[in-house]
Amino acid sequence: MTMAKSVAIASAEQPAAATRNGAFVAGAWRSTGALVLIAAAVALPFTISNYHVFELTQVMIYAIAVLGLNILTGYNGQISLGHGGFYAAGAYTAAILMHRYGVPYWATLPPAAVICFALGVLFGLPALRFEGPYLALVTLAMAVATPQLLKYFDTWTGGQQGINLIKVQAPAFLGIGRDRWLYLVVLTVLLVAMRVAANMLHGRTGRALVAIRDHPIAAAAMGIDVARYKTLAFGTSSLFTGVAGALSAIVIGFVAPESFTLFLSLSFLVGSAIGGIATIFGAIVGGLFIEFVPNIANDISDAAPWAIYGLTMLLFMYVMPRGVVGSLAGLMRRVQSRRATAGQGLEEQKRRLS
Amino acid sequence: MHQLLQQIFSGLAAGAVYASLALALVMIYRATDLVNFAQGEMAMFSTYIAWMLVNVGMPFWAAFSLTLVASFVGGMIIERIVIRPVENAPVLAAVVVTIGLLLIFNALAGWLFTYTLQEFPSPFPDRTLFGALMTTRDLGVIGVTLAMLVALFVFFRFTATGLAMRAAAQNPESARLCGIPVGRMLAIGWGLAAAIGAVAGIMVAPVLFLDPNMMGGVLLYAFTGALLGGITSPIGAVVGGLIVGVTENLVGAYLIASQLKLTVALALIVLVLVFRPNGLFGAAIVRRV
Amino acid sequence: MAPILELRAVKAFYSQSEVVHGIDVAVEEGGMTVLLGANGAGKTTTLRAICGMVRSEGEIRFAGQRLERRSTEAIAALGIAHVPEGRGTFTGLTVEENLRLGAYARAGRPDAGIGRMFGYFPILGERRRQQAGSLSGGEQQMLAIARALMMSPRLLVLDEPSFGLAPRIVEDIFNIVERIRREQRVSVLLVEQNATLALDLADHAYLIETGYVVLSGPAKTLADDPQIRRSYLGY
Repeated sequence: MTMAKSVAIASAEQPAAATRNGAFVAGAWRSTGALVLIAAAVALPFTISNYHVFELTQVMIYAIAVLGLNILTGYNGQISLGHGGFYAAGAYTAAILMHRYGVPYWATLPPAAVICFALGVLFGLPALRFEGPYLALVTLAMAVATPQLLKYFDTWTGGQQGINLIKVQAPAFLGIGRDRWLYLVVLTVLLVAMRVAANMLHGRTGRALVAIRDHPIAAAAMGIDVARYKTLAFGTSSLFTGVAGALSAIVIGFVAPESFTLFLSLSFLVGSAIGGIATIFGAIVGGLFIEFVPNIANDISDAAPWAIYGLTMLLFMYVMPRGVVGSLAGLMRRVQSRRATAGQGLEEQKRRLS
Repeated sequence: MHQLLQQIFSGLAAGAVYASLALALVMIYRATDLVNFAQGEMAMFSTYIAWMLVNVGMPFWAAFSLTLVASFVGGMIIERIVIRPVENAPVLAAVVVTIGLLLIFNALAGWLFTYTLQEFPSPFPDRTLFGALMTTRDLGVIGVTLAMLVALFVFFRFTATGLAMRAAAQNPESARLCGIPVGRMLAIGWGLAAAIGAVAGIMVAPVLFLDPNMMGGVLLYAFTGALLGGITSPIGAVVGGLIVGVTENLVGAYLIASQLKLTVALALIVLVLVFRPNGLFGAAIVRRV
Repeated sequence: MAPILELRAVKAFYSQSEVVHGIDVAVEEGGMTVLLGANGAGKTTTLRAICGMVRSEGEIRFAGQRLERRSTEAIAALGIAHVPEGRGTFTGLTVEENLRLGAYARAGRPDAGIGRMFGYFPILGERRRQQAGSLSGGEQQMLAIARALMMSPRLLVLDEPSFGLAPRIVEDIFNIVERIRREQRVSVLLVEQNATLALDLADHAYLIETGYVVLSGPAKTLADDPQIRRSYLGY
């Protein structure tokens, strides 16, 4: 074996060992970091005013809703302009159960989840026939129809007036206010949702969804049941967004058709894109955007706040077209690949010389 | 029977407006694979420009022509400055940009012109024809739309620029190899779409009354019509728009009034799409694997 | 005679990777030069670099002008007609419309030019109102070449014109190209995998392997070279 060849083999082995070590260290860092973040998130509401706690709770609710949209549109490539409809379905399910049947608030989440999952699947089945702008239209129709249908079936939904709910109270023994309690409840649901989403998306299901998004024909040729996964994606997506809707009904204590217009659906889509459509953490960024930017826009311009909001959207897309988290992830990937190919270039040269 | 014909005819007039906006949407979609959600608000803004010109005393058709030119230039500028940065970005980024543009135009119009409903003059006399079967206004709207369609057809079929634009939309790389400045063709396409939108806005304003939210419903119907016809087919856009207009009128007159009209009309059209998922005239999106 | 096209130390990039590593190529005015090589050698990328379709470094001179940093349409307007891999015909437009587009960069009416093209390719004349997408492979190739010639180019760049075509058609096409080269005084840069035919017609040839020029010289010399004969001519 020549000197050149043995050097080549040695340096080929090194990256593998380094990666193994590196992966372990990275994993340890990640878990510690996650625990620190969660601890901070739990402590946070006790350091700020009630109103801010309410705002952050809203951010988390939006994040769960956007996460649902990310699953469907980001990972599976099926565009939805109508997720406000699923949000409304969850919200009204919770509201009607609490108002008519006296169901305690926490017990409304499972039924809302199941009903919205079923709705999502029901919608996903005919949606299989549609692609791209056609699917956009069909979901847009749902978004537009939602407030009208809510007003129409007024015996159940309370019509234009909506439904007023009794305010949820925190358990007495904890001694914390209502807002802080609900914050912690929503935080728990958010963390569970992110974990579930991560498990699903980083495993076989996630790979199938992405394969269907990028190369549907190849995916089918590899034996992936495209119809099943696409429908599953719709159902799961609707489940997440529906649970978010249920939480919003609980937290706000009121549902009415005006809250569930086309604008809400578009906000979800915008939040999704700003955060990063095919990411999990991007949903949180999206939630922050939806909740805070309209307020900031109002502060900047009294006369035309929505113009500022629109301008902000434009600027975000110019600078980070893949969303905040999406762009960061892309940046990290490029840094990693450059490190990998730096080693490779050396291999090429050695091979040429020998 | 008489009432049915009446409804159909006025539906055609509304449909002509939807068809125009639908055509604008299809033009931009063919060139850039993007649905311009701001098309309606751009048209609304153009209509306000026409309104201002008429208010300072300009005769209607002069204001109309000037507005078209201004809209054309405006459309080109928007393509170059607002859309170009995201032309090579993921489609979703471009979609968000058009949604942002929608908000900006809407807010700007509200700020500059307030949200008060304004009257907009119609250039056509207010008379009925053929025993109240149709109004001269409706006939005028249909006539203007028809003239515009003929002009566009001649432009795209028989002029060098029109041919170059079709080529640039179909195959930008080959078009460049022929020396065609594809970027400029795109800008012209957006300019034309904006001008077409202006026509739609000006035709519908006398009926709907001018306010910043005037075109919201129109855009929705136009989008529906464009897809019904097939998002890649200009003829489809026109036929689709007309069908949507007639359907909306008939549903409103015979099935269900008020709020649910929109939902039912949309539902019917979605039903058609279930049987023809690429629209009536659309080509199936064929992809090489 | 000065070369009409000269590449010096040209590197070309396909997305992020460098696939052409500093090559020198020259095309004599009025002559035919062929780039030979296997799949993935970098031949097409080189052509795309000339026309500004991919990122490149180094010097590219055409009739004394530098081509780097110019847009593709500007390079076309200078007089380089590129028939890309896969032909690039406008399948949704008619034969005649395709030809008209070829003349976009040239002033004046294209009708005379169209007539001349029908003279070289009579089959196109028969199908003038047909949609280009409905033509056979060989007819589409003829249409692509005819469209390029409508530009009255000084340099014709052909990327694998024989690809996917029956040998008889390939021979016809090459004969027409040779005829046009002589009659119209067009220089030709050709990329081909069909080495036999290409070396027969060309004046000068380059052999490209994984982004490097490994052999170059008069076509006749390369045709007799044992390495080429074994690898590319099959005997």
